[in-house]
Amino acid sequence: MAKSKNRGSEEVNAGSMADIAFLLLIFFLVTTQIATNKGLTLLLPPKQEEDEPIEIKQQQRNIFKIQVNSLDRLLVEDEPLDDVSQIRDMVYDFVLNFGSPSQVKKGKKGKEVSEVETYNSLPASMKSYISRSLGSSESSDGPASAIVSVKADRGSSYEIFISILDELNAAYNKIYGERVGLTDEEFRKLNRNDPREKALYDEARLGIPKAISIAEPTKSGE
Amino acid sequence: MKFAAKSQTQQEIPTAALPDIIFMLLFFFMVSTIMRETEVKVEQKIPRAEQLVKLQRKDIIAHIYVGAPIKSTFGKEPVIQADGAFIDINKVGVWVEEVRAGLPEAERDQLTVSLKVDKEVQMGLIVDIQTELRKVNARKIIYQSPQKKED
Repeated sequence: MAKSKNRGSEEVNAGSMADIAFLLLIFFLVTTQIATNKGLTLLLPPKQEEDEPIEIKQQQRNIFKIQVNSLDRLLVEDEPLDDVSQIRDMVYDFVLNFGSPSQVKKGKKGKEVSEVETYNSLPASMKSYISRSLGSSESSDGPASAIVSVKADRGSSYEIFISILDELNAAYNKIYGERVGLTDEEFRKLNRNDPREKALYDEARLGIPKAISIAEPTKSGE
Repeated sequence: MKFAAKSQTQQEIPTAALPDIIFMLLFFFMVSTIMRETEVKVEQKIPRAEQLVKLQRKDIIAHIYVGAPIKSTFGKEPVIQADGAFIDINKVGVWVEEVRAGLPEAERDQLTVSLKVDKEVQMGLIVDIQTELRKVNARKIIYQSPQKKED
């Protein structure tokens, strides 16, 4: 009786341990979701005043207009466009145009920088691209005055809006990345909690604000 | 035969390390995931995008879900869900103020509003939400989106 018990193994049976762990694992799989705090960020303009003097002051050449109608058809710079992915290169050229860069210092307090200084801080490859194929007087004066305006009809889909916003971000990230010698993907993944990477991030953005304006949509009957 | 000697070796696969492997998986999921705080009651087929950025602060976010209700008893028109309940468009500002009031004073201006929007929603509603957010000066927003897969 007691003797026969001693013959069995002394170890605790751990065979069901895996099952218990599996059970816990499945419980966590079901009750949790993968942390997805990723997306396209946007900074809205300040509270709307009765009249908008800022918008009127801007010259037409400094505004890159994207319009979407209720059938999700695009009108970019008053020309119809079928392929959304073309916006990326158009915006890239528009922002870096430096048609007539100003000497006036703009930007956050203590970090004011003029467009001429911004131009001088660009790497040689970008400068040569700008002097070779950009610099048109029809396009933006400089990155600090360039504004990309998206005007979507109330009936246009969120899907097309996101794809446009994605392209705009791609263009800006390409500019920022190129400026500090990174690809757009590497630039996006910079961790701003790390002081060294934060410095790189600030250096890339200095003097080139991401000016994306979501205009009030057209209402029918107006 | 020559091979006879080999067949005497143990045939079983040692499974002693199996629980450890499973525990490792378990810990991985516990660390990389967050608990579902709210049950989402609207359709959420979110359009994919490529140029995603991660939010630096994950704790100061107000989540808004927009989409057609899953339960057809609430109709087919897209609705706004905040904190588990449907809210009217003109209540969005009040709701953001409430969320903001619950934050420590130093962080109130850093509040990011996260919008999870179904792809069937029309821009009119989105712009209305944006206008409401501007009224209460909640200017930082993020359109949450999954990563676009490479073609």
